[in-house]
Amino acid sequence: MKAVTGNLLSDGSVVYLGDDDQWTSDIGAAARFEDDDALPVIAAAQLRVTEIADAYLIDVEPSGAPVGRAVIRETIRSAGPTVRTDLGLQAECCG
Amino acid sequence: MYRYDEFDATIVAERVSQFRGQVERRLAGELTEDQFKPLRLMNGLYLQLHAYMLRVAIPYGTLSSKQMRMLSAIARKYDKGYGHFTTRQNIQFNWPALVDVPDILDDLASVEMHAIQTSGNCIRNVTSDQYAGAAADEIEDPRIWCEVIRQWSTFHPEFSFLPRKFKIAVTASDTDRAAVKVHDIGLRLHKNDAGEAGFEVIVGGGLGRTPYVGHTIREFLPKKYLLSYLEAILRVYNLEGRRDNLYKARIKILVNSEGATTFADMVEAEWAAIKKNEIDLPAEEIDRIRDYFAPPAFDKLPETSAALEERRNSDKDFARWLRTNTHEHKTPGYAIVNISLKPIGGIPGDASDVQMAAVADIAEQYSHDEIRVTHEQNLVLPHVKRDDLYAVWKALDAQALATPNIGLVSDIIACPGLDYCSLANTRSIPIAQRISERFADLNEEEDIGELKIKISGCINACGHHHVGHIGILGVDKKGEEFYQITLGGSGAEDASLGEIVGRGLSSGDAVDAVEKLIGFYRQRRQSGERFLDTYRRLGAEPFKEALYEAA
Repeated sequence: MKAVTGNLLSDGSVVYLGDDDQWTSDIGAAARFEDDDALPVIAAAQLRVTEIADAYLIDVEPSGAPVGRAVIRETIRSAGPTVRTDLGLQAECCG
Repeated sequence: MYRYDEFDATIVAERVSQFRGQVERRLAGELTEDQFKPLRLMNGLYLQLHAYMLRVAIPYGTLSSKQMRMLSAIARKYDKGYGHFTTRQNIQFNWPALVDVPDILDDLASVEMHAIQTSGNCIRNVTSDQYAGAAADEIEDPRIWCEVIRQWSTFHPEFSFLPRKFKIAVTASDTDRAAVKVHDIGLRLHKNDAGEAGFEVIVGGGLGRTPYVGHTIREFLPKKYLLSYLEAILRVYNLEGRRDNLYKARIKILVNSEGATTFADMVEAEWAAIKKNEIDLPAEEIDRIRDYFAPPAFDKLPETSAALEERRNSDKDFARWLRTNTHEHKTPGYAIVNISLKPIGGIPGDASDVQMAAVADIAEQYSHDEIRVTHEQNLVLPHVKRDDLYAVWKALDAQALATPNIGLVSDIIACPGLDYCSLANTRSIPIAQRISERFADLNEEEDIGELKIKISGCINACGHHHVGHIGILGVDKKGEEFYQITLGGSGAEDASLGEIVGRGLSSGDAVDAVEKLIGFYRQRRQSGERFLDTYRRLGAEPFKEALYEAA
C-alpha cells in the first residue's frame, strides 16, 4: 500500500497526508491507499505548494509501517535520528 | 585574523536581503519549489530527511570567539541546541525553519559570516591546515593565500556555474593536515632550491564514486601568479569538463581522461594567454591581506613551563591529554591545543550550544581569541601558553571536550549518514559510536597508536572512507545496511586510496572486523609502525586472511 509523505515548507518537518486530507506528523495516522488509487492523491498533494516543500509516495504495510527498499530511510524519517532519540517524533511518544 | 572590508559587508548584506525576499515569495506561493531550490542552495540551505539544513562557511576553518558565540546562539535560538562541524571545516545546523533562515543569516552577517558558496557548482569554502599560523613546520601562514582565493572566487561570474562543485585546499607544511592531494586543486607551499616560496599545484584529486589522488601539474608556481594560474585551470575545466553526466563532471574525470601531462599543457597554454590580464593581485594588496594574518603578540617565554611539568608529573590524565591532544607551536612557551569532538560513544563533530560558548570563552581567555575547525571534525585552540595548559584542560574537561584521542582509533570521521542525510544509503554515526565504545580503553587506544578510521554512509564519500587507514562504506542491499571495509588509504602527504577487502558486513560484523584487523596489526607490527605502515609492508592478503579466517 501507499502513503503520501513530504516536508512542511515552513520548517521542513516530516508530515503525512491524513484521512482528513490534513498533514500529520504521525505516520500511524497517514491515509493508506491501494497503489492505483494513490496516483491522483499524490498529484493533488503536489499542488499544495504553499504547504509542503515536496511530496512523494512511500510503500507502507497495511498497518502503516514503512516497508520496501526505503524502509530504513522512511522509518528514520518517521521517528527521528536513531542517534538522537531525544529529537523527532520518537521523543514525543512512547518515551 | 581577516576582517571584512566594506565590499564584503555590502555583498553579504545584499545577499541576505535578496534571500529574505525569495523566502517570502516562496512562502506566498509566488515561487515553486523547483524555482526556489537553486536559490536556497545558493544560500547553503538544503532540505534533509527531518528538516532543512543550513551549512555555514567557516573560511579556512578560522573562527573568532565572537563568531563561535554567535554559532552557539543560533544553535540555541533557532535550532535544537547543537551544531555539526564537517570535514570541510564548516558547520551545519540540522533543524532550522525556513521562515527563520533570513534572520539567522542576518545574525551571521553581524559577525562577518555567511552561507554563500557552501552549495552549488561553484568554488566552495577554501580549506586549510588547522594549525596555520601556529605550526612549527610551516613556511608561512597558508591562510593569506586562502583569503586571496576567497576574495577572487566569491561571486566570480565566470565560475558560478561550473560543471560541478570545486574544492581547493592549501597547506604550507610538509605534514599535510589539509588533505591537499584529494581536492580538486591542492596547493602546497614549499621552497625551491633558491629558497623562494611557491606552490606545488596538485589537480584532479577527489573522493566520491570515482576516487583519485591528485596529479602535480606544476612543481613550483611563484606565489605572485597564484590567481592567474588558478584562473587558467578553472577556465580549462569550465570549458572542457563534462556537463552531460553528473557523475563524470568533476575536474578529476577530465584530468584523468586527458592525462595529467596533457591537462597540464592545456593549463599552461591558457595561462600564457591570460597571464597578462591583471588577474594577479598587486604586491601591496597581498601585503594588506598578509597584515590581517600577522601573528598575535606572543609573550617572550621560556621553552618549558615549570608549572606545567609539575602538573604533568602529578596528574596522569593531564599527562595523557598533553601527549595526545597538544602539538608543538612555533613560538617558545606556547602550544597548539586540539579539542576533541569525539567523546567515547558520541557523535563525531557535534557540539552543543553550551560547549560552543565554553570554547569561545576559553579561546578568548587563553588563545588570542582564535579557534580553528579541523577537517577531521575537531576544534583547535591555536595559541595557548604552556603555563595555561592545565587550566585549559580543566576548562575543556568540564565540558566533556578533553577526550584524549586525537589521531587515535576513536577519533573517527563520520558523515551524518542516514540519520540526517537525504543522499545517504545507510547510517554511519552508529558505526562510529560502536567502534569508539569498543575501544573505550584509552591505554589500549594509545598502544594502537595513530589510526584513522573514516566512515561514509554512501558512495559520495563525505566521510572520506577512501583515505581512511581503515575505511568503512555503507551500502544498502534491498533495505538492509551493509558495510564494506577498505584498508590502506591515507589523506595525508603519503596519500593513497584504500583497497576493498571482501564482502559487505552487517553493522555488528563490521565493528568486529575492525577489532580483528587491529588485533592482527598489533601482532604483526614492528617497532614504531603505525597500522598504515604495517599494512603497507605486509600488503592486503594477510589482513584479509585475518579478517575472514575466524568469521
